[in-house]
Amino acid sequence: MDALVAQLQMQYRNYTASLYQQGFLDDQFTELKKLQDDASPDFVAEVLSLFFEDCVKLIGNMARALDQTGTVDFSQVGASVHQLKGSSSSVGAKRVKGLCVTFKEYCEANNYEGCVRCLQQIDIEYKALKTKLQDMFNLEKQIVQAGGKVPQVDN
Amino acid sequence: MSIACELSNPNLKKTKAAESSVGKWIIISKILLFRVFCGLLCLSALICLCFSFSSCICNNKQDEAAESSSSSKGMLFRNQNVSRSEIDAMLSLFFDSNQVTSFECRKESNDPGMLENYGITCSLSTRVEKEEEENEEEEAKKIKRHVAELMSSSSSSFEENEEGVHHELVVLFYVMNKWHWWWLVLSVLVGGHVIFEFHQRKIEVSSFLQDKQQCKRSGRWRKNMLRLGILAGVSLSVLWFWDTNEQLLFQRKETLTNMCEERARVLQDQFNVSMNHVHALSILVSTFHHGKTPSAIDQKTFSEYTERTNFERPLTSGVAYALKVTHSERERFEKEHGWSIKKMEIKDQTLVAGFDPAPVQDEYAPVIFAQETVSHIVSVDMMSGKEDRENILRARALGKGVLTSPFQLLKSNHLGVILTFAVYNTNLPHDATEEERLNATIGYLGASYDMPSLVEKLLQQLASKQTISVNVYDTTNASSVIKMYGSEVGDMSEEHISSLDFGDPFRKHEMHCRFTQKPPIPWLAIMPPGFALVITLLLGYIFNEAINRIASVEEDYQKMMELKARAEAADIAKSQFLATVSHEIRTPMVGVLGMLKLLMDTDLDAKQMDFAETAHGSGKDLISLINEVLDQAKIESGRLELEHVPFDLRFLLDNVSSLLSGKAAEKGIELAVYVSSNVPAVIIGDPSRFRQIITNLVGNSIKFTQEKGHIFISVHLTSEVREPFETEDEILKQRLGSDETSCNTLSGYPAVNATGSWRNFKTFQDHSCDKKTELLVTVEDTGVGIPFDAQSRIFTPFMQADSSTSRTYGGTGIGLSISKRLVELMQGEIGFVSRPGVGTTFSFTGVFGERERDSSALELLDQSIQEFQGLKALVIDSRNIRAEVTRYHLQRVGVSSVDIASSLATASGKLVNLDLVLIDKDAWNKEEYSDLLKEQPSTRPSPKIILLATFTTPSELSEIKSSGLVDEVVMKPLRMSVLICCLQETMGSGGGKKRQTNRKPKNLGKLLRGKKILVVDDTAVNRRVADAVLRKYGALVTCVDSGKAAVAMLKPPHDFDACFMDLQMPEMDGFEATRRVRDLEEEMNKKAECSRKWHTPILAMTADVIQATNEKCIKCGMDGFVSKPFEEEELYSSVARFFDK
Repeated sequence: MDALVAQLQMQYRNYTASLYQQGFLDDQFTELKKLQDDASPDFVAEVLSLFFEDCVKLIGNMARALDQTGTVDFSQVGASVHQLKGSSSSVGAKRVKGLCVTFKEYCEANNYEGCVRCLQQIDIEYKALKTKLQDMFNLEKQIVQAGGKVPQVDN
Repeated sequence: MSIACELSNPNLKKTKAAESSVGKWIIISKILLFRVFCGLLCLSALICLCFSFSSCICNNKQDEAAESSSSSKGMLFRNQNVSRSEIDAMLSLFFDSNQVTSFECRKESNDPGMLENYGITCSLSTRVEKEEEENEEEEAKKIKRHVAELMSSSSSSFEENEEGVHHELVVLFYVMNKWHWWWLVLSVLVGGHVIFEFHQRKIEVSSFLQDKQQCKRSGRWRKNMLRLGILAGVSLSVLWFWDTNEQLLFQRKETLTNMCEERARVLQDQFNVSMNHVHALSILVSTFHHGKTPSAIDQKTFSEYTERTNFERPLTSGVAYALKVTHSERERFEKEHGWSIKKMEIKDQTLVAGFDPAPVQDEYAPVIFAQETVSHIVSVDMMSGKEDRENILRARALGKGVLTSPFQLLKSNHLGVILTFAVYNTNLPHDATEEERLNATIGYLGASYDMPSLVEKLLQQLASKQTISVNVYDTTNASSVIKMYGSEVGDMSEEHISSLDFGDPFRKHEMHCRFTQKPPIPWLAIMPPGFALVITLLLGYIFNEAINRIASVEEDYQKMMELKARAEAADIAKSQFLATVSHEIRTPMVGVLGMLKLLMDTDLDAKQMDFAETAHGSGKDLISLINEVLDQAKIESGRLELEHVPFDLRFLLDNVSSLLSGKAAEKGIELAVYVSSNVPAVIIGDPSRFRQIITNLVGNSIKFTQEKGHIFISVHLTSEVREPFETEDEILKQRLGSDETSCNTLSGYPAVNATGSWRNFKTFQDHSCDKKTELLVTVEDTGVGIPFDAQSRIFTPFMQADSSTSRTYGGTGIGLSISKRLVELMQGEIGFVSRPGVGTTFSFTGVFGERERDSSALELLDQSIQEFQGLKALVIDSRNIRAEVTRYHLQRVGVSSVDIASSLATASGKLVNLDLVLIDKDAWNKEEYSDLLKEQPSTRPSPKIILLATFTTPSELSEIKSSGLVDEVVMKPLRMSVLICCLQETMGSGGGKKRQTNRKPKNLGKLLRGKKILVVDDTAVNRRVADAVLRKYGALVTCVDSGKAAVAMLKPPHDFDACFMDLQMPEMDGFEATRRVRDLEEEMNKKAECSRKWHTPILAMTADVIQATNEKCIKCGMDGFVSKPFEEEELYSSVARFFDK
């Protein structure tokens, strides 16, 4: 049993570290994790689910805005990107955030091509993140089920 | 004067107009003042003018009066004289000759007609007759007096009358004058006022218009006013001139009239008197020749009498009496007289005497009596001369004296007239018919007047005969005027004509008077107005110049302002451009660097790694360059403000040295930091800027120092340097004591002594030491030095020593310029001394605040410091200064007792009871040392030996360590943390490693515990995170998702202690929401004045922290901002401002 836990913990550690290393997450996620305590055991999951909901909504918005033939309301897109940037930086979704920054610049430059490309990338990126995080949560769950403790991972 | 005042009007008004923006009341008071002043000025001018004018007039009047009175007096006197002489003659005649005459006279005086006819003479004679019984002499005197009285009274009444008229005239003129001056001044004032009012209204209307326009307009207005003023001045002076001239001309005319009239009257009077005498003579003849039988008069008596009374008729050249003889009587007459009647002949208009008997005529008028002067005409028939005949006929028909027209007199060649009186045999009534008169005629008395001599004589008696020329004309026949006297000289333009009445109504005579000279140039009229004109023009010129000057100055000013505005705009634009561009470059650069960093983390082979690292390094350089440019721009636009926070200087220097030690070590340069023990541990200032300066200077030093030597940073108080003899600081002592370049330095290489640059600092020149903590920082290097010719422009931005420098060493040359600005911001000075080839030493001062040692700041290290207290240490170093630096570091960590020895040999005595021996690697001699150790008694634990190394290769290091002689090797530069760490290891005191617990969060928790905080964010994620973070610190968090909701929640009264607000939100963004909240609060504050003031701290949450956003936040009423996601420290410092009270 302990061996399983240790193995799972090891796996978890490696997996999380790889997430950081590959730039999916940053310190903010660590901070977020620190915020999770006994009072709110599912805090991270809650926040992340909020974030992904946001992503779906905002990306949908942006896609609609950019889908318009004729004039594209870049300011509207920009506002959405800004929101997305804010929420992604809050959860520490580093790659999404980086893409948002680029996206925003394209928006300000009224670069339609760039915007569309960025939007696609963001879409891919957040979905990838979602999968990764899902895996991570699954691991966590397994650890907990195995009676272990989720280890703290510093970068 | 009035002109001056008027001219000053526009300017005064102008200045007022200009000041109108300053304050209305000032203007009003100024207007009042100005008006009063103007009024006073005008009044005084007026008074002056009136006074001068009236005095002038009065003078004239007096002059005239004096003249007229004198002339009238003279006239009176002359009249009196004349009458006196007349009377004398009369009396002498009466009294001398016989008394019968008087009786006769008395008898005849009964006849009313006679009485009337003979006027004064008769009355006189009656008076004389009445008072005959009394003393004759007295009588005569009395009469004389009486007559004199009579005459004087009449003449004085005339004088009075004349003067009265004159006076009236003058008064009229004076009044007219006065009024017209008043009117002028009044009209000017009113005109000025109206224009001023109009202008003021215009200014009020256009006050909001452009300054420039107004300026131009005012300039134009001033010009117009000036023109108006000059016009008024010129017209005034012309008017004045005209007025005065008119007056003068009037006076002249008046004078001419007076003189002419006077002459005419005198001539007339004289003539009349003379005529009366002739008349009297005719009566005499009628009385004594015809009234007596036999006749009492013969030729002899007549001639004698006439000769004797000739003085009475000074104007007559002679008198003669001719008898009326009809043709029937001729023969008898001729017989009776014994001569025949002769005919008057005129030859060549000269000779009179006719010797031919007169031709037969109805009637003859032979002369029977004649005065001696004209005795040649006795027996000549007067009827035969044409003029005489006409005269005789007229005389007897009229019964009055008649005159001939002027003709050449016989004998004398002068023009003359003949006066003829008819002698009647009876006393004819006054209204006798012509027939009666003709019948009663018995003879004719004629007198010839020599006109030129007559007038000449008269004029001789009168004053100012030179100035006036007189002509007398006979104008009986208007078509052919005969000139009787005078010459056609003098000023023909002015002439006064007075009619003369010589008692003959048939004849008309006129006297023409004119001035002999042309009127003189009227200087009196020209001068004052001329002066006024000149003054006006001068003033006009002066004001014109002034106005032009004002205009040009204003124009210049406008230009300057424009240029200034443009320059400022350009400067701001430049700074903004720099800031923007820098910012814009920095953002992607961060991305580039981040990506490079990520790239380096991936699996790369050595080559790729090298490329990536190079790219990363270059990017970092670029970022730092951009930061510098940004700094420069900020400083230039004055936006850079220094912070005032407490910081630990030594700690900061440790950081700097650790940061730069890598670079220094690469180059093999020794880096050391020394801070004088007098410098307070915690000072207040801007640590990051201070650090920037030091980094700049040290960075430069590293850049320019090659492979040898050292860089030495030392900090002292300026007060220490001021009082060099009291200082105990070894380094300072050494520095002050040495020459310009000294070899006794950190590394032994010569360096330039910093004191050279200190001398130029002002802070050492004034000896007031009351400043706050003023630090003197010196950075000494042994680099290439700065060429002398480049030293002057070292602090100029983008200017390097020479262009080759940048090629060799890189860099932009902006660092020193920024450093200088920063030092200036710290109220300090920066300077340097440099010698090419030796090195450069930069020094700068800075004023900092001092604070009590912050216990918490060093709390962290306190424990470890306490561990080392009481330790005894020995520093073995061949370099004195380096040893001092080591001592300084040891003392910092609490090792209080530190000895210094220059080498092992000299230290041998001091090795007892030591806990620590620090040996510099330069002084390290393995053999010597191992020998020494062997000698040591092993009773005591031997002192721990620490080797201080500047740069060692790892192999060297391991070799030393493995020798077992050394307990620990410490790499320089020394730092507190390194030293503590090393000591702890050496001394074996394993202090709690997990000391770095979160202390601040605890504080933050304390701060925020129980506080109600509102979080406003439209993004759920952000909301949740912020909520969690704040909750962690114990705050009670409420979340809302829009600006509107936030405003609703924050509508007072509420119980939130603070609000975190996102800036970018749909519908209502953070700025707008804050503004509304502030409005609501203000409203509330107004309503409930005394109760608590509502001001909820609102902090912006923003992802992009740039200056502009920050400013905007403050502008719309926010209290600060925190960046998203929250960072503990930032959150703490932001929140602490509101809750840490």
